[in-house]
Amino acid sequence: MSPLLLSAFTATSCLGRGVEPTLAALRGERSGLLPCAFETVRLDTCVGEVAGVDDTTLPQGLAAFECRNNRLAWLALSQDGMAQAVAAAAGRYGAGRVGVFLGTSTSGILESEIAYRRRDAHSGALPADFRYAGAHNTYSVAAFALKALNLAGPAVVISSACSSSGKVFASAQRAIESGLIDAALVGGVDSLCLTTLYGFHSLQLVSAAPCRPFDIARSGISIGEAAAFALLERAPVAPAAEAVLLLGYGESSDAYHMSSPHPQGRGARAAMEQALAAAGVAPSEIDYINFHGTGTPSNDESEARAVAAALGAQVPGSSTKGATGHTLGAAGALEAVICALALRAQLLPAGVNTTHLDPALQVNYQLRSRPAPLRRVMSNSFGFGGSNCSLIFGRPA
Amino acid sequence: MSAALLSAYVDGVGLLGPGMTSWTDAVHVLSGEVPWASAPTVLPAPQSLPAAERRRTGPSVKLTLATGLEATRHAGVEPAILPAVFTSSGGDGQNCHEICAALATAERQISPTRFHNSVHNAAAGYWGIATGATPASTALCAHDASFGAGLLEALTQVVAERTAVLLLAYDSAYPEPINGVRSIPDAFGVALVLAPARGAATLARIEAHLSDAAADPMPGELEDLRRAIPAARSLPLLARLAAAHGGDVVLEYLPHVRLALRVTRCR
Repeated sequence: MSPLLLSAFTATSCLGRGVEPTLAALRGERSGLLPCAFETVRLDTCVGEVAGVDDTTLPQGLAAFECRNNRLAWLALSQDGMAQAVAAAAGRYGAGRVGVFLGTSTSGILESEIAYRRRDAHSGALPADFRYAGAHNTYSVAAFALKALNLAGPAVVISSACSSSGKVFASAQRAIESGLIDAALVGGVDSLCLTTLYGFHSLQLVSAAPCRPFDIARSGISIGEAAAFALLERAPVAPAAEAVLLLGYGESSDAYHMSSPHPQGRGARAAMEQALAAAGVAPSEIDYINFHGTGTPSNDESEARAVAAALGAQVPGSSTKGATGHTLGAAGALEAVICALALRAQLLPAGVNTTHLDPALQVNYQLRSRPAPLRRVMSNSFGFGGSNCSLIFGRPA
Repeated sequence: MSAALLSAYVDGVGLLGPGMTSWTDAVHVLSGEVPWASAPTVLPAPQSLPAAERRRTGPSVKLTLATGLEATRHAGVEPAILPAVFTSSGGDGQNCHEICAALATAERQISPTRFHNSVHNAAAGYWGIATGATPASTALCAHDASFGAGLLEALTQVVAERTAVLLLAYDSAYPEPINGVRSIPDAFGVALVLAPARGAATLARIEAHLSDAAADPMPGELEDLRRAIPAARSLPLLARLAAAHGGDVVLEYLPHVRLALRVTRCR
């Protein structure tokens, strides 16, 4: 496929606001997971909560979009000159030639959860101040981004659970390749809510301790929240040496089970192999893999098998979910930005919290962050419903 | 506004909605030969799913299995080999209501099945389980613009990857109290098999571009249906596919832009 340039990118998670604190945390092997004190939640678990989300003020005139998810989106878009970079692209190409492709799993459903507590005692009606389109609806964050950034191109939300914001890179690439648009704001935004905290708890997939992907004692996920964005444009003929490019993507379906991965990682392997083929990259050329690595026993086992089959067991890798938590619909974009930072800083990020690797998992798991010459890196995102996405990023040849 | 053209061949259509039991049945209504008689949408039981899964499914799964299987049958293509684009203005409203209601109680007990059915891509997941389709599938939302967003995603896949794609757009009714803030009166689903080259089953060629022109309405009461359910924003395109000579049509999309389509019948 034709490579795309990540001409700007940013991420806000429990590691901090913007790329500098994110990179510092990765370098320092720091986790942002803390015992859950979110809203009225009473669960024995740790979460990756972003500080100060609800202190964020949305741009004037956009009160209809008030919800934690859109506040988190705006907080992230306000870092690293991201909003300015999008405005500059709209200036270069025209506002109608910049598309918006964002991933989320739960949008602003927290607002609905709280509104349900405030239903009218007699009629059962939701309170009059409840906003369906701007808060609850899955599309809300893309509608908000369009308005906040004065864009006039096509816009869509991809909501395929935890692969959502990996897949936005693929959709945006096709839209640019087919001539529909010239640039795309891609990203993922997911915020803490009761549906996911109590839902994953009902599936017994939530760890009490901070998650430990690939550890022999791993016991489930820690849920996090994040917003991460990238601006994608056609790669110039001679990109700058430090440029970060999207080189390939692969997408597949398990066709197996709604909430369990295929035991042999069949779909995951297919996604990785497609990404390699699209990028024209050999398995041995992948210098680092950011695992989906949720920290559940079956997910990590399935992914380890798939990676060994697609890339070989020697490729250095880590899951950064020990640092950020599993940010669900934002995970694909957050980990894409982490891969971009790894390439830019030539840093191989460790998987934190993990201490005793599961010997049954044939992976070259990195327990310490270290400088490394990185040229091609891969990021995996897999979701409920058997939805798989694998992305390859790289520096210019 | 851009005039970039995206084109594809329509090889099969599936349809289910109020007073429309299939594409084969509805084509006479959409071409204007017989009047539309409004009747509640009848959702068939998803026979292609294993019994254990069948019990757990909501209207989105029933809609997409019925329309997706009809469209692939008309196209003469195995459902398992097609990438699929699922698009819906919301999810399974009943399931969402049950979760929000449970979370408003002191116990906050959600069943695991309710939770995994709450993902927006639930219909895509069950489609894979039912048909064995392992290519890419995606699940989109663009509120009232969800059909247009799905059509653009499907067309860019056809153009950029030179692959046939199954597009499935579907919406179903919300229960109260969500119905009070977002009213969708009934279920509606449409599926299109879109291909990069003309084949034996090809019905029509479509060319699409973003446009500032006003969206075309449907005649008579079908306009109420078009406006009432986001997936039914597809009706003007379906009417052109049903018409003997095709023609040009402008579909509603986002508030700031429409989708202009040229439909050329191939048989």
